[in-house]
Amino acid sequence: MILEAFLLMAAALLCIGLFGALTQQSIVMLMMGLELMINGIILAAAAFWYFLAPASDGQVIVVAVVTAMAIEMAMGFAVVTAIYRAQRIDMTDSATELEG
Amino acid sequence: MVLAVFCVLSLLAISSGVLVFVVDSMARATFCLLVSFLAVAAMVLMTGLAYLGVVIILMMIIEMVIMAVFMVMFMMNPAGLMPMSMFHNTRGAAVISGLVFTGLAAGILVVDWPQRRGVPAPDPTVALGEALMGGHMLTMMTLGVTLFATIVATVVLSTGRGRYDRLGDDLDAERADDPAGGGVGR
Repeated sequence: MILEAFLLMAAALLCIGLFGALTQQSIVMLMMGLELMINGIILAAAAFWYFLAPASDGQVIVVAVVTAMAIEMAMGFAVVTAIYRAQRIDMTDSATELEG
Repeated sequence: MVLAVFCVLSLLAISSGVLVFVVDSMARATFCLLVSFLAVAAMVLMTGLAYLGVVIILMMIIEMVIMAVFMVMFMMNPAGLMPMSMFHNTRGAAVISGLVFTGLAAGILVVDWPQRRGVPAPDPTVALGEALMGGHMLTMMTLGVTLFATIVATVVLSTGRGRYDRLGDDLDAERADDPAGGGVGR
């Protein structure tokens, strides 16, 4: 195992997630793309901890990223529920209320 | 052996991550994402972070099951019985993603990474606990408060009838406008 392999793997996951987040019309699928991106960041943080600086600071970063993932998920579902309840919208293309 | 396991997990994580946006069934997409998460969690376990790896596994299983419920609630085609395309701007997104990956990969391969400083603690879980309850207490408190704010915000956002619906815009109605009466005096 080498650091570069872990980081390339994390970059691949991040870019697959980015592709999904940019292309998906469904808000729930868009959130899946964001989750994949955060998944890549978790892997990169764990690799940095193991290969570069195995102090507890690196583990704290992983905890913070995992928490961010949970918050993203909860807020995303709450926003989906709110926007669907208000306007019956479940697709990103229809959510144009803030369009300039 | 370790390298072989890493390669298998990498292939699993990448292929299931791609499948998320390929399969027609949204339920299948959810479980492909779960497989990708579990493969990454196994890789985190390989780095020696046993506690965080197990936390990620448990959290992702619960999260993806909840996501499957939301899929059924909000998607018009959760079982994938009608093949349909739900993409937009695929070419632009592919170019952006490809450029980002190229840039990241170039940086990863070009940078002269430093040698490891120090050795892992004998028990990383104890080290994490001591850090969160010691030097990183502020981080832990911030995460806790943020999670609490998230709980409040999600309830406020997803509730169907809030206090303004019940008591008016100025919250000055004498009696709450509820669809069903309640309280002591009913």
